[in-house]
Amino acid sequence: MSSQASISPGVLKRRPVQKRIATLITYTLLGIGSVITLFPFAWLVRSSFMEMSQIFIVPPEWIPRPFVWQNYPDALTTVPFGLYFLNTVKIAVGVVLGTVISSALAAFSFSRLRWRGRDLVFGILLTTMMLPYAVTLIPTFILWSRLGLVNTFTPLIAPAWFGAPFYIFLLRQFFMTIPYELDEAAYVDGASPLYVFSSIMLPLAKPALIVVAIFSFLGVWNDLLGPVIYLTDPNKFTVAIGLAQFTGMYTAQWHLLMAAATVVILPVIILFFLGQRYFIEGITLTGMKG
Amino acid sequence: MALPAILGFLLWNAGPMLASLFISFTNWSVVSAPKWVGTENYATLFRKDPLFWKSLYVTGYYTFLSVPLVIVTALLVAQLLNQKVRGLSIFRTIFYLPTVVPAVANSILWLWLFNPDFGLFNSFLDLLGHPGFMWIYDERQVIPSLALMSVWGMGNTMVIFLAGLQGVPTQYYEAAEIDGATAFRKWLHITVPMMSPIVFFNLVMGIIGTFQVFSQAYIMTDGGPNYSSLFMVYYLFVQAFEYGRMGYASAIAWVLFVIVIVFTVLIFRSSPYWVYYEGGGRR
Repeated sequence: MSSQASISPGVLKRRPVQKRIATLITYTLLGIGSVITLFPFAWLVRSSFMEMSQIFIVPPEWIPRPFVWQNYPDALTTVPFGLYFLNTVKIAVGVVLGTVISSALAAFSFSRLRWRGRDLVFGILLTTMMLPYAVTLIPTFILWSRLGLVNTFTPLIAPAWFGAPFYIFLLRQFFMTIPYELDEAAYVDGASPLYVFSSIMLPLAKPALIVVAIFSFLGVWNDLLGPVIYLTDPNKFTVAIGLAQFTGMYTAQWHLLMAAATVVILPVIILFFLGQRYFIEGITLTGMKG
Repeated sequence: MALPAILGFLLWNAGPMLASLFISFTNWSVVSAPKWVGTENYATLFRKDPLFWKSLYVTGYYTFLSVPLVIVTALLVAQLLNQKVRGLSIFRTIFYLPTVVPAVANSILWLWLFNPDFGLFNSFLDLLGHPGFMWIYDERQVIPSLALMSVWGMGNTMVIFLAGLQGVPTQYYEAAEIDGATAFRKWLHITVPMMSPIVFFNLVMGIIGTFQVFSQAYIMTDGGPNYSSLFMVYYLFVQAFEYGRMGYASAIAWVLFVIVIVFTVLIFRSSPYWVYYEGGGRR
């Protein structure tokens, strides 16, 4: 009590000035950081409006002359991007839904339920991320071709419904930061684990679930290796294959590649912009002692 | 509830993993049938292949530089992006942008940034009166340069931290403010411990990820100059898909696998000493 009384007057006077300086520093750092991080994107966009000869001029130029708007319609028609967008969205919806649901369930089990051998099984799951993809690639492909599912979306979607170790680990870490008292109170009231999962854990871990959704969407959107290996029918190709075609089929038409790349990353930017709104400051644990 | 994940492991992962372990004890060029050679691949690897040791050193060095650099930067940026400032959504999106730019476009840009003669970095250093560096074209500078580049790819790590910061109950900060705690003390005694499970995640994933670096070596350096950026997975790729030595490549993969597991186990074992779980940890 007494210490609070002695601090209060000083705090009241100093706070506004300190706050203003802190805000100023924040804006300065954000400004500098933005310039640095915007660099790759700015370079991509300016290249998308240039003729191929200007892109690699040394030293680089930042203003396209002339402004080649035509790159965009050209890029989007030489490769059937409409179809590729549709295919990729189909895969993405399946993968994102599957990943979020199955990984959250598994993470709940690995962090909150008690069963024999739990931590060992979790460890084994983690190891699947540690073996380089390149060596399991061929055995995995042989597996899918034996199942007769090559050239369908199944090899790209089905595994997502069985949980992805990366996201299980991520969500487990988030679940473990949630106070145990909340589950215990619910269990005392006779709740089932499924109820605790869906009514306590999921709402509190919303930011983490958004992260899983954004990452898994981006994973599908940028995945080149998977579609290249499993899809042979051009009617099933994805946007990543579409981008790659500019460097293969047409021997590196960089100006078209840059225009197509700009269009392709737009949905991801929009999705991130919408998703990050759920990262709002601090959860409030009502009815909890501080 | 973990059943689908366990089933998924048995269905899609266990088979190919065991297959690759088997292949590592054979000579196999994909087109012909595998021929059992016992531990010969491993013996060659450890006793007669200086390039393998080189790749091990290169990968370890890169991990050592890149992982701490990325984690510290990502945490600082996440905190910056967790304050109440105007245009926050725009700033957050801008800081995430480098992560969504396609790898090919990004690599071309960085080849220019690093160019010793007309690249942006050396032009800038020239303005400051500094002679400039050789960046990725120098044996000793290539790994630090690539580690610097990896900081641009910290978007995902940053977003995970940003989501983690949302889990810190606001009451803790309010209580600390009433006690007259400074911003730094609040950070040290509330934010850091509350974020330690997320730091733990990013540390483990960072090590797993940097041990599998491939595209920078493939697109930008071809493992050079003079093998100074010969990352393990790039070396493995060259052995497997350029020389068609699948057995030898699988042996490299399994050595890498064991090293990463050892690291991960060590970090997990150390976690009781520095990771704080609000939920009470192991229950």
